[in-house]
Amino acid sequence: MLPEGRRLRQDLDASVRPVRVRRRLNGWTLLAYALLSAGAVLMVFPFVWMLLSSFKDAREVLSPAIVPSRFTLASYIEVLTRTAFPRWFLNSLIVAVLNTASVLFFCALVGYVLARMRFPGKNLIFIAILSTLMVPTEMLVIPWFVMSAQFGWVDTYWGLLFPGLIPGFGVFLMRQFFLTLPRDLFDAGRIDGVSEFGLFIRIGLPLVGPGLAALGIFAFIGNWNAFLWPLIVAQSAHMRTVPVGIALFSGEAGSAWHLIMATSSMAIIPVLIVFIIFQRQIIEGVVLTGVKG
Amino acid sequence: MTGQSGSQRRSTRARLTLSQREAVYAYLFLLVPLVFFATIRFWPAIQSFRLSLFTWHVDPARRVFIGAQYYQEMLTNPVFHRALTNTLLYALITVPASIALGLLIAILLQAITTGRGWYRAIYFAPYITPAVAIAWVWGWMYNVNFGIFNRLILSWWDFVEGIGAPWLAIDPQRFLRDPELALPAVAVVIIWQQLGFQVVIFLAGLQGIPRVYYEAARIDGANPWQLFRHVTIPLLNPVLVFAVVITTINALQLFDQIVNINFTDQGGPLNRTLSIALYMYQEAFGRARLGYAAAVTVVLFVLILAITLIQLRLTQRRVEY
Repeated sequence: MLPEGRRLRQDLDASVRPVRVRRRLNGWTLLAYALLSAGAVLMVFPFVWMLLSSFKDAREVLSPAIVPSRFTLASYIEVLTRTAFPRWFLNSLIVAVLNTASVLFFCALVGYVLARMRFPGKNLIFIAILSTLMVPTEMLVIPWFVMSAQFGWVDTYWGLLFPGLIPGFGVFLMRQFFLTLPRDLFDAGRIDGVSEFGLFIRIGLPLVGPGLAALGIFAFIGNWNAFLWPLIVAQSAHMRTVPVGIALFSGEAGSAWHLIMATSSMAIIPVLIVFIIFQRQIIEGVVLTGVKG
Repeated sequence: MTGQSGSQRRSTRARLTLSQREAVYAYLFLLVPLVFFATIRFWPAIQSFRLSLFTWHVDPARRVFIGAQYYQEMLTNPVFHRALTNTLLYALITVPASIALGLLIAILLQAITTGRGWYRAIYFAPYITPAVAIAWVWGWMYNVNFGIFNRLILSWWDFVEGIGAPWLAIDPQRFLRDPELALPAVAVVIIWQQLGFQVVIFLAGLQGIPRVYYEAARIDGANPWQLFRHVTIPLLNPVLVFAVVITTINALQLFDQIVNINFTDQGGPLNRTLSIALYMYQEAFGRARLGYAAAVTVVLFVLILAITLIQLRLTQRRVEY
């Protein structure tokens, strides 16, 4: 068949003269840029619309104007003075920071023990922890609530915190990372008289930095965005986290969309800023856990 | 420390072999985590099964055993049927749509070089922003009287009238107030928010496919479609299965968006956006029917378990080329 041979010739030519390939692909590359840009506009638009609406006043937000005729921060000031938003922000920060610290320490510790220590019952414990991944949060919130009511944990920081202290997913992730470290490393440390805890802290931990970074970022974002459990356990206005606070405030705001968009902006913008700063680490973390984990 | 206790300690330590000592330390390190997993993960899961078999009362002594009565109620309860149907619809719409779009965008991203990182970041950003706030933003855009979508539809209307082609006009929609449109409208939000996750993992998967496979297939005369079908798809299979499972499980657990996008009529109109998770929440914390709500979560658990088991089978199967 003639085309077969000709195509081969063309490919050989192409590999010898890469300039021609680039020129031939130009149309496709332009199309790719056009489609990607159109998609990117759709992705960004809701954020832009949120910000534009938040800078309008009560009358203009309901008018057909796209861009506010006068940019005003009045909605932000009103939300900050009318609600306990700073307190919600602080609550979210406290819960996310403490939980992230706990997740990093305990998931790494358990991951290390399961990957690099020898003891009877190891597989059973690993499978037991892995099996908790299949239980949805929805199934746990009712017993958690019953438990919290019984022990007086409702409306406390401990109540907000306790479910997320050691996620099974984190244990699994950290175990995968410790499995890549050679066993000899730890045996050598043992011979040199390093304590068992020292092996974990001084030899193991410094070598799983990327895993810790990914896990820490996910733990923080997950806690920051969490809604179902904080909605159940935080009952008074001053114990709300940001998502619970803005949901309940927006629910009462009626058609004051400029205020609702201001609260949404205050919840979304900090996350977007953190994302822009740690963009590479966050995306690499997703790849690490999604593709390799 | 006296010399006596020191030598005593040394003798106890000597009695443990090295491997015994390691095992003791392992369990010492696992002590707190094991207590956590037992009390905060395992016991509550079992407790949910137990609660689902009893009528609810704050005092455990006054809970009455009713066996499978709540499960029978679910068989006939039309609201539960609605919630289950909606939840499966969310999965059936959002999973294929976000996978297909995610794959398309990942392939387009692979075709470009300059700005790839920035495009990837833009597509990914919604994935990590709080779903609660996102739902309020979209609820505003879908607003019947003042929302941007209906304004755009009206502008389009004016435009086509102006150019003398009124048959191209579209009517303004009621979106979240329209029982037929509400669920697809919410699904669009879910797709918009989850797309970036697929883009990122698909792009990484595509970059992991060695160039030589494509070159070899091209030398054999494969066209672009054949390259996609017989090289890209099979080699991307593990990532695809992972993405399907994660997005399906997410769809089954939808809650934040549903509550907030239609806050004054949560799950409405006419329960057409109600999800299983929201139904559970309403029964447990709105109507104080904790036993029945626990039974609903058991059903959700069984659904997720089934999907996880299917995933295990699919990933263990050899890849077909």
